[in-house]
Amino acid sequence: MIKSRCIVSIDDVSDSEMNEIFDLTDRMNESLESGKSITTMKGKILATLFYEPSTRTRLSFESAMQRLGGSTLGFSDVKSSSVSKGETLADTVRMAESYSDIIVIRHPLEGSARLASRFTAKPVINAGDGSGQHPTQTLLDLYTMKKEFGKIDGLKIALIGDLKYGRTVHSLLLALSRFKVQVTLVSPPSLRIPQHIISKVKDIIKIEETDVISHVLPEADVFYATRIQKERFTDQNEYQSLIGSYSIDSELVSQMKETAIIMHPLPRVDEINPSVDALPQARYFKQAYYGVPLRMALITLLLGGEN
Amino acid sequence: MDQTLKISKIKDGTVIDHIPGGKSLKVLSILNITGHVNYTVSLGMFVQSKTLGFKDVVKIESRFLERDELDRIALVAPEASISKIRNYEIVEKFQVSLTDRVTDIIKCSNQNCISNTKEPIRPEFIVKTRKPLILTCIYCDREMFEGEILSNL
Repeated sequence: MIKSRCIVSIDDVSDSEMNEIFDLTDRMNESLESGKSITTMKGKILATLFYEPSTRTRLSFESAMQRLGGSTLGFSDVKSSSVSKGETLADTVRMAESYSDIIVIRHPLEGSARLASRFTAKPVINAGDGSGQHPTQTLLDLYTMKKEFGKIDGLKIALIGDLKYGRTVHSLLLALSRFKVQVTLVSPPSLRIPQHIISKVKDIIKIEETDVISHVLPEADVFYATRIQKERFTDQNEYQSLIGSYSIDSELVSQMKETAIIMHPLPRVDEINPSVDALPQARYFKQAYYGVPLRMALITLLLGGEN
Repeated sequence: MDQTLKISKIKDGTVIDHIPGGKSLKVLSILNITGHVNYTVSLGMFVQSKTLGFKDVVKIESRFLERDELDRIALVAPEASISKIRNYEIVEKFQVSLTDRVTDIIKCSNQNCISNTKEPIRPEFIVKTRKPLILTCIYCDREMFEGEILSNL
């Protein structure tokens, strides 16, 4: 039972709890599609402490809580909070605890959500801590794969792009190690996944590394693209030369299996050409949509279930 | 000839033996024994040893360190043996052993970890494995290996 717990890392969710979340996400999804109104969280407040900019994650948490009949408060700009006056995260969390029932936090430093969980008895959800974890993104990534293929075991998954700084792929790779999957890491040598992440999974699942995307095109079931961030490069010429090598366009899609899917945590810049959006393999907007029902399910379970 | 006799026996206090050669300064640092003490500390560095080849020995006079305090030095001296001395006699002898959690001794090597800021917390690590020594930061989950651990002491 996941009630009253903190979700800081994907490791905080057991396999059975993950299934419980996915089952409830299915039901939340059906309610959203049928337009049925839910009021199970009426009178409950979700606090969003966002120390870093976010569009999808913050809005989907707020949408999820409001769709459950609850309300939200918080900040998304540290300039408008006490943080700008030098308040510690610990003090901000203590304050948020008295104003809300559940706390969602995004922060630029790794470990911030774990720290927050130590200063409150209320459930804390990590919405991204530096280049660390982003467990709700991971849950919706896994949910998307399960929804599309019926199961995750047996899938061949390619993680593409900036695997060094992209926290979504760190969380996702750790989570995928719980399944019987084959993973290929496709990135330029300068943006390979950190060794401390690889060392946790290399003995558990089959992993290959390559810097050439064409190697995985005919094989993979899932293409999980991530944004290569311009600001990571001191040499902008190098950025320009790399970005093209990892960009998915309709020509590349034509070499994929018909049943393959393309995912992306969004926002995308140049990694997926807009011409791909209308192709049957494109799932990134569907993936982003699942963020709401999944977070509705998670909030519901953390705050005590559907009744 | 017993090389440890290069440092004279102490009447009362704590003897830390079998420290790997050259690590005694780290041991003193972990025990927070700085230049500002009011008791005598004798240090033998690179003393010949049958088992270790070369070892360091530290003798702290008139101070009896607690077990949990001494266990902290297992981070750099996992084979260290401790003798408590009263009136020139050994009254207690034991080997240090690393506890499951390490608090306050080292900082996380991840500069972007929240534990390296002014937040009201102490650095804390779970001992993942003892041989090889791997510590995991309880905040950012970063794993630290022996070289990093020694340089962050």
